[in-house]
Amino acid sequence: MFLIDCPYCGEREQSEFKAGGEAHIVRPKQPTELSDDEWAEYLFMRKNIKGIQFERWIHIHGCRKWFNVARDTSNDVIKVVYKMGEKPPTI
Amino acid sequence: MNIYKVIIQNSMKKKYSIFSLIKNAFSYHENWEKAWKDPEPKKEYDAVIVGGGGHGLATAYYLAKKHNMKNIAVVEKGWIGGGNTGRNTTIIRSNYLWDASAGLYDHALKIWEGLSQELNYNVMFSQRGVMNLAHNLQDVRDLKRRTHANRLNGIDAIYLNTEEVKKFCPIINTSPNIRYPVLGGTLQKRAGTARHDAVAWGYARGADEMGVDIIQNCEVKGIKRNGDSVAGIETTKGFIKTKKVGVVAAGHSSVIANMAGLRLPLESKPLQALVSEPVKPIIDTVVMSNAVHAYVSQSDKGELVIGAGTDDYVSYSQKGSHDIVEGTLNAILELYPIFSRMRMLRQWGGIVDICPDASPIISKTTISGLYFNCGWGTGGFKATPGSGDLFAHTIANDEPHKINAAFNLNRFVSGELVDEHGAAAVAH
Repeated sequence: MFLIDCPYCGEREQSEFKAGGEAHIVRPKQPTELSDDEWAEYLFMRKNIKGIQFERWIHIHGCRKWFNVARDTSNDVIKVVYKMGEKPPTI
Repeated sequence: MNIYKVIIQNSMKKKYSIFSLIKNAFSYHENWEKAWKDPEPKKEYDAVIVGGGGHGLATAYYLAKKHNMKNIAVVEKGWIGGGNTGRNTTIIRSNYLWDASAGLYDHALKIWEGLSQELNYNVMFSQRGVMNLAHNLQDVRDLKRRTHANRLNGIDAIYLNTEEVKKFCPIINTSPNIRYPVLGGTLQKRAGTARHDAVAWGYARGADEMGVDIIQNCEVKGIKRNGDSVAGIETTKGFIKTKKVGVVAAGHSSVIANMAGLRLPLESKPLQALVSEPVKPIIDTVVMSNAVHAYVSQSDKGELVIGAGTDDYVSYSQKGSHDIVEGTLNAILELYPIFSRMRMLRQWGGIVDICPDASPIISKTTISGLYFNCGWGTGGFKATPGSGDLFAHTIANDEPHKINAAFNLNRFVSGELVDEHGAAAVAH
């Protein structure tokens, strides 16, 4: 259990949030032209990093807004919180 | 001393029996021979298994026993059985919905039934039955469907109504007035529990006896490739040359895959469990409730063994969130009011690697000589013997066995998923 600093509401308990998985996975612009391998890559394959992971969270029991988090998955320490649409920070 | 060690290592292990127990009692149990050696790695092996949990040790055991591959090693970054093998809630069952899963898990259950005798090691396999409860109309339909599917696959399953549930496990609160009343349940009588550490130790002892090197405190740092095939592994104890690497690293599978430049369809998440203070026998079966997410059994020491759910975020920290435990205990107390004043002794987390279809991967990869056995998610312990047997077959023959053919990596490309989310006894 850890605290998450919602960019809209401030610091709250993690249980108020829901994790949305790996961030910055871009939906294919031309889905009809994708091969099966590319679909598998987009839909299922994940980095599943041990270390700094860029991921999405939603403040589901608060403002209900999505945002991005850079978190060290080896110890759950959050490095940076940044808004949707922003580029991932260099850490 | 060294000569003594060599003699011991080259001789057959003494069989465990009532007589050896009595004999060793006279020396205060201080002279039992070591169950496995502690060797330094050789320069080269015919195959190396990465991960010394139950699945990895079983793989090595069956590689040596059934496929005559004896120049092999198991490398483990910590101590054997110290990961998820020693962290699960020890439940064994095979009542899965789909044919492929039923085949896979029942293959394991059949090996469990003779495992203690085969290994000459008491894994304390106890077929005390596993009951899955239905708490709403959809549960009732799903569980009835699963009962029929199980029977068609030759797996024992019966459907129980509320009175029969109460009769089988009298401490369950079957009042219609609770938030999620018990509407029925299924029972697999051949299912049950086993002592999880003993499974790792038993396989380790058996594999060691056949010449397998079990190398602990040896972390894999890299996988060396020679073009499209495996050339060896870099470890904290140096480079080990080998043409076949079988990875059974559970929560860390993606980390190892990354070393070889592969991506897997896995997410690693914390899964928690807890045990209570020990009490006299009160529940002589395993009861699982999907809808309210609560499952409980009692260990031979008398502790209630309670499984919680996974957290929804990726983490390798082996710590879960408190609210997950709280939610599980709420459900436990509603179903078993008798436990309301029990105190919990210990709580812990393990990192489970979850596939999108909640089924495992026992598969070759695009790299020749590199095999993965992963994605067991929240329910791998029950499959330990079968998983080892089938993974050994896959590594030795460079082809999957027909039982694990459906559990290949390519299913995420072809779309032939084995979707067991609906059939998992608890929704993780």
